[in-house]
Amino acid sequence: MSLVADTGKYILLMKRVFVAPDRGRMFFRQFPKELEKLGLQSLPIVAIISIFIGFIMTMQTKLNTSNPLLPVYTTGLVTRDTLLLEFSSTILCLILAGKVGSNIASEIGTMRITEQIDALEIMGVNSANYLILPKIVAFVVMMPFLVIFSMALGIFGGYFVGVLTTIMTTGDYLVGIKFAFVPYYVFYSLIKSMIFAFLISSVAAFYGYYSYGGALDVGKSSTNAVVNGSILILFFNILITKIMLN
Amino acid sequence: MIEVKNIEKSFESNHVLKNVSAVFETGKTNMIIGGSGSGKTVLMKSIIGLHRIDGGRIEYDGRNLPDMKMSEIRLLRREVGMLFQGSALFDSLTVLENVIYPLEMFSPSTKEEMMERARFCLKHVNLEEKAFGLAPSEISGGMQKRVAIARAIALQPKYLFCDEPNSGLDPKTSLVIDQLIHEVTHEFDITTIINSHDMNSVMEIGENIIFIEKGEKAWQGNKDDIFHVDNEALNNFVFASELFKKVKRTNQ
Repeated sequence: MSLVADTGKYILLMKRVFVAPDRGRMFFRQFPKELEKLGLQSLPIVAIISIFIGFIMTMQTKLNTSNPLLPVYTTGLVTRDTLLLEFSSTILCLILAGKVGSNIASEIGTMRITEQIDALEIMGVNSANYLILPKIVAFVVMMPFLVIFSMALGIFGGYFVGVLTTIMTTGDYLVGIKFAFVPYYVFYSLIKSMIFAFLISSVAAFYGYYSYGGALDVGKSSTNAVVNGSILILFFNILITKIMLN
Repeated sequence: MIEVKNIEKSFESNHVLKNVSAVFETGKTNMIIGGSGSGKTVLMKSIIGLHRIDGGRIEYDGRNLPDMKMSEIRLLRREVGMLFQGSALFDSLTVLENVIYPLEMFSPSTKEEMMERARFCLKHVNLEEKAFGLAPSEISGGMQKRVAIARAIALQPKYLFCDEPNSGLDPKTSLVIDQLIHEVTHEFDITTIINSHDMNSVMEIGENIIFIEKGEKAWQGNKDDIFHVDNEALNNFVFASELFKKVKRTNQ
């Protein structure tokens, strides 16, 4: 019953969010700030994780596919396709559900418990639209850039296996990452990640907006935002994969 | 003027407001007083429209709030200023930006006119100019309340609501805030409603006092009448301290 009620509440909140802003210039003032906060400030963590995962994935793939019957390009191919299909979209979004999701939920939740949202409503401002719309739009817009960035750095990280170890050569790696490249995988990954970006930001905003009580409840909202955002990402991953890669 | 008639409000099985009727007069500091849990905060939030009432009327100069559509309520709220218990200043904005905010949202004025209006409001509440560029977390509680008053009057509201404006303030600063609210009410001829259980405020600026006891209006009058009332609940509430008992004996 709670799930049905929460889903209804979420839909009604999104109905309030997705209307024309009261003042367009206020939206365009908030929008770049959110791009910077949710997008640009995520670059360091995306970079670090992508490089290291690319490196580890390449090394582990090579170590587990040492059969001489397998072609030399296998490692590069597997690394590239794993990054393109899953890591740089799904796994990255699961990580960002923690960073960005908790940030949004706690920021809006704190505004709720300190009556700042009530102050906006009393002024006659549509608080849901003013606070939440810039966040959702900014994160959805930034996500493709983060995904491309992650793909590039992940592949680059894998290249270092050839540079820093003797288990494979950089030449074999480069052959692998170029072999049978399917551009549609990038498109699929970008579409998926934009849908996940919407889920992360809207679900986190929902939990933050309906926080009541004190700091403890803001903490609970933040946790719920991350957990439920992650579950929804995994569920929609199956759905989108079935539709787009069937 | 705001008039409430036969207001009923319940939260599940808890009947919080029972047939409350009162008139809040223009140009006066109207006060809602009562003990903790009496229903005064629910009454104030119902009048503002943050709670939907179960029955009755809330008339803003003849316009009934429960009958209004969301778009009409939003328009009405632009005539309302509110001072929250915790000030509710926007953390991400400076003091000056907090006061400019309602002007940027709803005023057709130019940027320069908005800045001038915001500065006027801040100077009116005696805030020093060096504080204008500070964040709310960098100023004292009393200064935050003054900024909140400045923000509340920026759009020249017809109605001003103050939810426990002296909460967390020392007696001297409380007096300053009370006097500011009183001055602003009279200078701009606003209908001001203050929710308080601070008897010093009641005695200082209470021109029209409504006493709520267990969800019902138990008494209405002014700060002079309060000394001559034969209402046990009111007397127990107002004259709970030895100081006020002494004041009552002096007045009688």
